[in-house]
Amino acid sequence: MAEAHPVGFQWVVEAKKRGARIIHVDPRFTRTSALAHQHVPIRVGSDIAFLGGIINHVLQNELDFREYVVNYTNAANIISDKFQDVDDLDGLFSGFDAETRTYDPTSWQFAQEDQQGDLGRAQADDAGDTAAQRNTASGLQNESHGMQVGSRPPRDETLQHPMCVYQVLKRHYARYTPEVVEQICGVSQEDFLEVCRAWTENSGRERTTALVYSVGWTQHSVGVQYIRAGSILQLLTGNMGRPGGGIMALRGHASIQGSTDIPTLFNILPGYLPMPNAEKHQTLTDWIDSVRNPGSKGFWANAGAYGINLLKAYWGDAATPENDFCFDYMPRITGDHGTYRTVLDMIDGKVQGYFLLGQNPAVGSAHGRAQRLGMANLDWLVVRDLFEIESATFWKDSPEVATGEIVPEECRTEVFLFPAASHVEKEGTFTQTQRMLQWREKAVEPPGDARSELWFFYHLGRLVRERLAGSDDERDRPLLDLAWDYPVHGNPEEVAGGWGEPSAEAVLKEINGYEVATGRPLSGFLEMKDDGSTLGGCWIYSGVYADGVNQAARRRSRHDQSFVAPEWGWAWPMNRRILYNRASADPEGRPWSERKAYVWWDEDTQEWTGHDVPDFEKTKPPSYRAPEGSDGVAAIEGIDPFIMQGDGKGALYAPQGLIDGPLPTHYEPVESPFRNLLHGQQGNPTRKEYRRADNPMNPDPRETAAADVFPYVFTTSRLTEHHTAGGMSRYVEHLAELQPEMFVEVSPALAAERGLEHMGWCHVVTARSAIEGRVMVTERLRPLRVEGRTVHQVWMPYHWGQGGLVSGDSANDLFGISLDPNVLIQESKVGTCDVRPGRRPTGPALREYVEGYARRAGVADGDQGPVVTASAAAQQESAAGQDAAQQHSPQQREDQ
Amino acid sequence: MTGPNSLFGPLDPAPDAGYVDAPKRKGFFTDTSVCIGCKACEVACKEWNDVPENLYQMLGTSYDNSHSLNANQWRHVAFIERPGTTPAPDQPAAAPVDIGMPTVGAAPSGVPDEAKPDFQWLMSSDVCKHCTHAACLDVCPTGSLFRSEFGTVVVQDDICNGCGYCVAACPYGVIDRRKGPEGDSRVGIAQKCTLCYDRLTDNQRPACAQACPTESIQYGDVDELRERASERVATLHEQGVMDARLYGNDPEDGVGGTGAFFLLLDEPEVYGLPPDPVVTTKDLPRMYQRAGLAAAAMLAGVAVSFLGRRP
Repeated sequence: MAEAHPVGFQWVVEAKKRGARIIHVDPRFTRTSALAHQHVPIRVGSDIAFLGGIINHVLQNELDFREYVVNYTNAANIISDKFQDVDDLDGLFSGFDAETRTYDPTSWQFAQEDQQGDLGRAQADDAGDTAAQRNTASGLQNESHGMQVGSRPPRDETLQHPMCVYQVLKRHYARYTPEVVEQICGVSQEDFLEVCRAWTENSGRERTTALVYSVGWTQHSVGVQYIRAGSILQLLTGNMGRPGGGIMALRGHASIQGSTDIPTLFNILPGYLPMPNAEKHQTLTDWIDSVRNPGSKGFWANAGAYGINLLKAYWGDAATPENDFCFDYMPRITGDHGTYRTVLDMIDGKVQGYFLLGQNPAVGSAHGRAQRLGMANLDWLVVRDLFEIESATFWKDSPEVATGEIVPEECRTEVFLFPAASHVEKEGTFTQTQRMLQWREKAVEPPGDARSELWFFYHLGRLVRERLAGSDDERDRPLLDLAWDYPVHGNPEEVAGGWGEPSAEAVLKEINGYEVATGRPLSGFLEMKDDGSTLGGCWIYSGVYADGVNQAARRRSRHDQSFVAPEWGWAWPMNRRILYNRASADPEGRPWSERKAYVWWDEDTQEWTGHDVPDFEKTKPPSYRAPEGSDGVAAIEGIDPFIMQGDGKGALYAPQGLIDGPLPTHYEPVESPFRNLLHGQQGNPTRKEYRRADNPMNPDPRETAAADVFPYVFTTSRLTEHHTAGGMSRYVEHLAELQPEMFVEVSPALAAERGLEHMGWCHVVTARSAIEGRVMVTERLRPLRVEGRTVHQVWMPYHWGQGGLVSGDSANDLFGISLDPNVLIQESKVGTCDVRPGRRPTGPALREYVEGYARRAGVADGDQGPVVTASAAAQQESAAGQDAAQQHSPQQREDQ
Repeated sequence: MTGPNSLFGPLDPAPDAGYVDAPKRKGFFTDTSVCIGCKACEVACKEWNDVPENLYQMLGTSYDNSHSLNANQWRHVAFIERPGTTPAPDQPAAAPVDIGMPTVGAAPSGVPDEAKPDFQWLMSSDVCKHCTHAACLDVCPTGSLFRSEFGTVVVQDDICNGCGYCVAACPYGVIDRRKGPEGDSRVGIAQKCTLCYDRLTDNQRPACAQACPTESIQYGDVDELRERASERVATLHEQGVMDARLYGNDPEDGVGGTGAFFLLLDEPEVYGLPPDPVVTTKDLPRMYQRAGLAAAAMLAGVAVSFLGRRP
């Protein structure tokens, strides 16, 4: 955190000054560890084993916050007795289809009285559905929609029923003992128990613990399950929805939260509405119902209003009830359109054009060579950045030019480089990890031709529409009918010439929503109507422009308001600073303790009140119980704090929405020198793979070649001095000189083993590439004892490319492409490698060298060996858990 | 004895320099126990003061690539990897090497090795000390270096003739003549931290202190900072960090105390700081006195010899 988020780290320092004990779990000793009381080194990629160990510690010693757990989580829910856990099936859950490598989640469901009816509501009926969801990253399309489970599953609040979630959880993690954690993670039992103690002693009525992670944590083939493991622990210890608790994602750059809220992703629309799917969402009603999920509890019941307001924002007057608010104009997804699929399609010549906005995949994305070869095979490429980054110059100076794979004279891609305005040169908002929007003014004019993204897209849209004007081609209607009329301002000459800067505040007003007839800004999403009388671009942001005031621009000092500081910026939804804060009060609505009082039920006024905006219906008393047969908001009971979940409870166990299983379980990374100690199933069996010769993965440790050819584990991360792929730091004198060269950190022991000299050169090799850097021998890296033998971990920063004031090889060239099945994030924080002294070969010899490694490892053809490694018997038994009536004939084995 | 215009001992430098109604003395307290080595101070300093590039070279001294304080580096963050006392698996313990430096200055903490933290990564942002008795200023023949009303020591670029006397005089090796880059108008001119004189006059904090995210660099009145620093050391001692000690806060030390002083977690030498700096002009009055005496004695001798020759 001190490395990548030094400004945020000031609060950790502040807490330390006030007596907090800081423990830092990280593969290497970083600037964060330097200020921590204790550094716990861990093997990269073993975090679920580590967190599972803490969960086991909590459950075995009954250290969970019982009253919270019983009332606010699904611990008491009873799971179908058809469910079989990984311990029974060699690392698989029940319902596995080896052909598609996906699960039929039928057996994972809660036991229901009316099974057929309730199961019909499940997002996936069978493994075929799940495979489709994996392609479209839509298993979690309800990531904020909550689990669409029946609202009233059977419960045993004594937590004794053998199939209740609590007992299943306890059995699931029983094997994650301190001894096993030591074996898998390389963490000493003493260190591990110290972490357990710190976590549990600082949770409960009087104290809360926050889990803070940075996004490298998600970059694993089990990335979503990492976060799930953290969620389970935070729910068991009663740390969700309470002040000082929660799970915070520290993002890689400013407003990454904003770019998922109003997304730059292929699978979702603003406000986490799913991108319509050509097959599943034929009509507006299909689309709305897939979100609304009739019969479930919770606030998604109003999804119709959210979706229709978005369509109205897009198409304005053209969107009417008669034409389903132009729903047919919406683009549809048909399969995997993720960034990595697209890059491979580019290599295969299936993609013509590509926009890169403030992104430098030639350096910043996994498998840099594939990225560059893909970009070299387009008709056109638009790059908007502050500097002429590698993704704009790859055709003339990338490593592939040296190897002869890209010939500048023949490269067919036409690159359009546009200078972009930086964040201080344009107005707008940043949304940070607490979902808080903060407005920023333009401080200085952008230099030269540099312009904002808003300017670029507004005028691009304007010009395209001008070209199409008068067209009667049906396919041009969606563009021509767009509401594309924003007031412009700025330089009077530019405004007069039709090239003014669109008003970001006008855009914010549209995002907020307003009454179509009067233009009155909405006060919040509760005012959104599904009849077309209101429009709003992002329902969760509704309220940011309430009363016609830019609420995100508020800057009242924290010294002049309560500790929650509600008048600094604006947080979605409805300016709530802590989500699900009903959980900060006990079931009767009283604060858990005076010290941690946050939101509570006021008996006198008969309403919820407190320091923050209550995340609950204001006048619904804690004693409210839903009448039989109710659904939607009415089905949320007075003790259901997690109001977006289908059952109002925090999900210790997730029967739906996760493609790789209802509980996080330890799988080895795709590339690992170790066998999975717990199960025959080595890695995540459902992970997304693209097996092809240009994307070889290092071999499975089952193969003896693995140990010889790629014996070490490597990981990458950021240095404080640079920013991600370097586009904002390597080109700037005062930053570039602070870390001027690519380097490779190794322990003294590894240096001795491989003959590496401090400050000499070394190179690191995987089946994808070999890169070089200066050797940094440091005690900050220590070999670990894992499964009885020593493992060396190598660390590299990933900031360099061939451009800028300081240049070097890019660490991301070392990674291959294999993805988490739920959200298609790449595994780019762990791999295996070899390290050798001296510089790497150059020119065509580099490819020969790397291919020699791949051949020796037996993966030159891109085949790493089987993904499903659980025993045949276990596979068979798991398959029997598929819903017999719905078993599909084996599907065509699409791109893995 | 400290008297008016003394070159040694405790005094308040601004009034001593002749300022009437000077504001309180300003300085830095750099608390290295909360430094995270982010180098924001280095960058902010360069941005505000328009300090050009220093060097583009990886040095291999942990994460420090700025090398030292010099004309192009007015803040410098040192990174010290202090070996652990218990060896990692398969790794021999590195014994600290005694380089024979004297251990004067801040007192050793007396913490036994086994009670010390296992492995430590020390970071510290160094800067001009703005000495109470600044030798650079004492020796400057042009008056380019002057004592500001804030008690700080500032170079005036347009007066400096580049003679370099100050460079040799500084007991910390801070001030330096700019060597490059070519074309820079201040090449050849003595350069160092001004404690952002041009910000202080506008009631602004120095850029480095403003940028520091963890309040490792604290700016304020020196007397108040000294109190705060003593309290901080006491707190750290209570928390068992017995290595914490102050450096430069003592008005009785060789430079009369510094305007920029530090809380360190190890001996000053570990951070590259001189253990017992003494203002190089300390003995100047005595030297003049002695020289005067010698001259007088010589004159007397000459006189006597002439007298003696009279028949």
